[in-house]
Amino acid sequence: MAYIILFAPLIGALVAGFGWRFIGETVAQYFATALLFLAALLSWIVFFSFDGTTQSLPILTWIQSGTLDTAWAIRLDRLTAIMLIVITSVSSLVHLYSFGYMAHDENFGHHEHYKARFFAYLSFFTFAMLMLVTADNLVQMFFGWEGVGLASYLLIGFYFRKPSANAAAMKAFVVNRVGDFGFALGIFALFMLTDSINFSDIFAAAPAIAETNITFLWQEWNAAEIIALLLFIGAMGKSAQLILHTWLPDAMEGPTPVSALIHAATMVTAGVFLVCRMSPIMEFAPNATTFITVLGATTAFFAATIGLVQTDIKRVIAYSTCSQLGYMFVAAGVGAYSPAMFHLFTHAFFKAMLFLGAGSVIHAMHHEQDMMNYGGLRKKIPLTFAAMIIGTLAITGVGIPLTHFGFAGFLSKDAIIESAYAGGNMYAFWLLVIAAAFTSFYSWRLIFLTFYGKPRGDKHAHEHAHESPMVMLIPLGVLSLGAIFAGMIWYNSFFGHADQVGKFYGIPVAEAAGHGEAATHGAAGSDDMSGHTEETHADEGHAAAVEEHHGDAAAEHGEVHAGFIGKPGEGALYISPSNTVLDDAHAVPSWVKVSPFFAMLGGLLMAVWFYLVNPSLPGRLAANQRPLYLFLLNKWYFDEIYDFVFVQPSKAIGRFLWKKGDGTVIDGALNGLAMGIVPFFTRLAGRAQSGYIFGYAFAMVLGIAILITWMTLTGGAN
Amino acid sequence: MDNLLSIVTFLPLVAALVLAIFLRGNDEAAQKNAKWLAFVATSATFLISLFILAEFDAANTGFQYVEERDWLLGLKYKVGVDGISVLFVLLTTFMMPLVIACSWDVKTRVKEYMIAFLALETLMIGVFVSLDLVLFYLFFEASLIPMFLIIGIWGGANRIYASFKFFLYTFFGSVLMLVAMVAMYADAGTTDIPTLLTHQFASETLNVFGFQIIGGMQTLMFVAFFASFAVKMPMWPVHTWLPDAHVQAPTAGSVVLAAILLKMGGYGFLRFSLPMFPIGTELLTPLVLWMSAIAIVYTSLVALVQEDMKKLIAYSSVAHMGYVTMGIFAANQQGIDGAIFQMLSHGFISGALFLCVGVIYDRMHTRDIDAYGGLVNRMPAYALVFMLFTMANVGLPGTSGFVGEFLTLMGIFQVNTWVAAVAAMGVIFSAAYALWLYRRVVMGDLIKESLKSITDMTKRERAIFAPLIFMTILLGVYPSLITDIIGPSVTALVQHYDTALAAGAEMSHNSQVALH
Repeated sequence: MAYIILFAPLIGALVAGFGWRFIGETVAQYFATALLFLAALLSWIVFFSFDGTTQSLPILTWIQSGTLDTAWAIRLDRLTAIMLIVITSVSSLVHLYSFGYMAHDENFGHHEHYKARFFAYLSFFTFAMLMLVTADNLVQMFFGWEGVGLASYLLIGFYFRKPSANAAAMKAFVVNRVGDFGFALGIFALFMLTDSINFSDIFAAAPAIAETNITFLWQEWNAAEIIALLLFIGAMGKSAQLILHTWLPDAMEGPTPVSALIHAATMVTAGVFLVCRMSPIMEFAPNATTFITVLGATTAFFAATIGLVQTDIKRVIAYSTCSQLGYMFVAAGVGAYSPAMFHLFTHAFFKAMLFLGAGSVIHAMHHEQDMMNYGGLRKKIPLTFAAMIIGTLAITGVGIPLTHFGFAGFLSKDAIIESAYAGGNMYAFWLLVIAAAFTSFYSWRLIFLTFYGKPRGDKHAHEHAHESPMVMLIPLGVLSLGAIFAGMIWYNSFFGHADQVGKFYGIPVAEAAGHGEAATHGAAGSDDMSGHTEETHADEGHAAAVEEHHGDAAAEHGEVHAGFIGKPGEGALYISPSNTVLDDAHAVPSWVKVSPFFAMLGGLLMAVWFYLVNPSLPGRLAANQRPLYLFLLNKWYFDEIYDFVFVQPSKAIGRFLWKKGDGTVIDGALNGLAMGIVPFFTRLAGRAQSGYIFGYAFAMVLGIAILITWMTLTGGAN
Repeated sequence: MDNLLSIVTFLPLVAALVLAIFLRGNDEAAQKNAKWLAFVATSATFLISLFILAEFDAANTGFQYVEERDWLLGLKYKVGVDGISVLFVLLTTFMMPLVIACSWDVKTRVKEYMIAFLALETLMIGVFVSLDLVLFYLFFEASLIPMFLIIGIWGGANRIYASFKFFLYTFFGSVLMLVAMVAMYADAGTTDIPTLLTHQFASETLNVFGFQIIGGMQTLMFVAFFASFAVKMPMWPVHTWLPDAHVQAPTAGSVVLAAILLKMGGYGFLRFSLPMFPIGTELLTPLVLWMSAIAIVYTSLVALVQEDMKKLIAYSSVAHMGYVTMGIFAANQQGIDGAIFQMLSHGFISGALFLCVGVIYDRMHTRDIDAYGGLVNRMPAYALVFMLFTMANVGLPGTSGFVGEFLTLMGIFQVNTWVAAVAAMGVIFSAAYALWLYRRVVMGDLIKESLKSITDMTKRERAIFAPLIFMTILLGVYPSLITDIIGPSVTALVQHYDTALAAGAEMSHNSQVALH
């Protein structure tokens, strides 16, 4: 089944890309979409029937060199299963949506065939992304990693006539390559230490890696720390974290379905997936994970500030994505991998929906993207409006405080903020709370500017604004179900009691009297206890009984905690015995639990005040605080700084090395030398010969003559 | 067949002789005959060379298909292949029919043109199969003559300057190599390469004019060979002949130069430097590694600002050869496997890239990047092919370009993380220059008046690219096809190198003990 999920999109891509000439564009589109829906269906089956045991399914050998043994293979565990449903569900819906969105495109002439190509790219992306998440070794993951980069490049530059799209595509690829540089070095370091690039071997060696020091560049590092850091550089590139984030907003040049699929729901979350996948290494790298937390929190805050003032509807959502990814990294950084995956999961639904909703608005407004030219659209496109409202409620985290009842984002985001507090990183905690307020502000600002107030901008566009076809609205409807219910349904699996989370991920769990003791207990008695849990694992019925018993016990005593006692590589995540964030997060004070709710409320009220009650206020504020406004509007001037610090100097150095290095120094020296020697040889070879060929041939013959003479003199070859 | 290697080696030369002696006239029919004869001969050579692979025993790390005959003046004709050389023979025979096919539109002196390429093929194969020092030297040096002629006669406007540079560079290397060969013969008493491979050359510290030379003769010989091979690779800073040679050469010449001739340097390192002068090699390894790392960054930056398509690809070739030398001198399994892989894969990819330039050069007669833009509008098939090889050139996993780059970096990381980190920056720069080239040439709207009537690739052009595309992807997905063949020989080479170093270290230790 996993094989079909993995290769169906590839077949779809090949047929749509190369076969459309024979079967027609429309059939090719149907074919690719149908295969994707098949993959999605099978993914859900895999997700629900998955029992927590990690499986490895071989495909083919790949790179083999000495002890390096890389194979194409599928690793199926809970992390993979989660990603499978996220990818195939969103992708199949985006395929469907694209039938409507890409039906007519003013960037192409009537006679041009672009639709099949678009579907081929989408399917190819899906294949690469599935390769990334199903990889059972780092090199195969790297294949998927770069493969999605290629797909992203092709899709951002899909409107190949637009210079801005081409520039954005190239920028995305090159910036991602900076991340890949770190990722690759991390792989090399792991291979050097463990002699393998397979996850199972690496995970098993994790405790040993943590005790090793390696010399990397100028100093000795703890191996786990430096590897975690290098891998995280890769994650920063793919997930658009601060420093390497500049490509993501520009990537909005691609068609909107692409933004929904690649630059919101799936590809950009690959970095988070990588950190979670490498949890056995991360758990042994406290400094590196602190760095991840701090950088994630800073990104969440930074991107949210920029989102406050952007007017392009897609860019607002893009910065929002960047910010939400920061949330996920904070969670992963403090050791709360499961909440990170939880947010990744719910975010995929509501963010894809926001993008597709925005696409519907753009479609209705004849490809106008500036919110300053929207206004009052809620009556004209009511269904899109409803979807956008649901998405906004989800992303801003609306729900009933202190219960588990609310939209998807409410549960997952709060889980992260509580984890951040429990993880003890106050910097991250407070930045995330502030960012939550900003999130609420810019999200509602988007709604108010688009759907409320008076129509602004081109009258003609407003008069012809129309609701999108069903084929675009159905995906919105399906995703809105996810945006509403995904959080409540899977809350316990991702962020429940350790029992439930452990069962979900296939991690052995042991009961302990109190979480303070859990650490010592787990560490001391891990041997016999893991034996015990393996037994329970083998026997499903018995295991269920034990779980039930655990549940009862927890309910009775209230204060009984369970600790994770899996070894690295057992189950989909490794949570070290000393990592009690998940437990602690449930025990945080109430004010912590309600703080994101009030932040959300504050943001909402501000947005109401700014854009409904007092619409002239934003303009005045921007005028009063001009430097700050410009600073935010220009995205903290990152692009300008990078151009000044990296791009221009690279070109200048290149030019210098070319003209001066190659030209003046090397060729200059050579010419100087040549002036002395060439005349000598030409004279020798006879002045009549203009070519050097003769001179050269002569020299060679001379050389052989010398050699042969030498040999004859010393008595022959033998 | 006992003389399979000789047949493969000399079949093209026989065809060249047939052309030279029997083909008369310069009319259309004669030209056509010359082309077809060359094409059939190179294709037949390729097909016959497949028999080498069929019977090749990868587990046997010695030389196979060995032929030995007495030759004039007491010299020997001895050829054979092992896991390191056999695939270079196949690369050559694989590329040559494509090279002939891409020259179908040559109009001037067609007969001589085909003779030059046929003779060149014989000489190139000869380099890879020679098992005798003198024979190797002959093939190695003589292979330059047809290349000279190809650039000098069918080349661009500035061809005299290019061949002049080519001459100067190679001349110094050759002289030094010749001297070293004489010294080797003096030391070992034979020119038989298999014997030399097991011979231990002196490595006691020498005193030359008051300079202490650690590693003695080995160091000197290493340096002499290095001078020749480094120019061939080419390594920074002796690379400046390559961009000029490429720019002036006709498309087919560029393809041969990039795909095969450059590989002779890398092959030389593996055949001579590492196994014969291990102590000299080890001594100078840091220098070579840094030259490689600098080459990668330096030439990538230079490639970034090129205005001529061929020059850009030529500089990118130098950068990719940097990975090769780096991998070879990492002197471990992954490094050398990767280096050989990179050389073979670079043969397909750079060959294809030069062909890509050739396709539009044939139509517009300019290599100026600024003269193009928006080709995708009229040439979708070309855009696809060029995209594929651009991605292969930047080392996208799934293409053969990735495997070589990745393995060499993995090999070097275990030896020197600084060099690995600097060299890995190449993956960033390569993406920058390759995609920027692609963007300026292929992407965008088609505005330029001169390009409005440009036509997409012809059937012949597609047929030339098809085998290259096939190989690039096949080797990217299933690289074991290569690593299975080279693996055992490389393992043997690495073991030999390590043992020799250990023995050398013990010897110097013993001599120090003896002194005390």
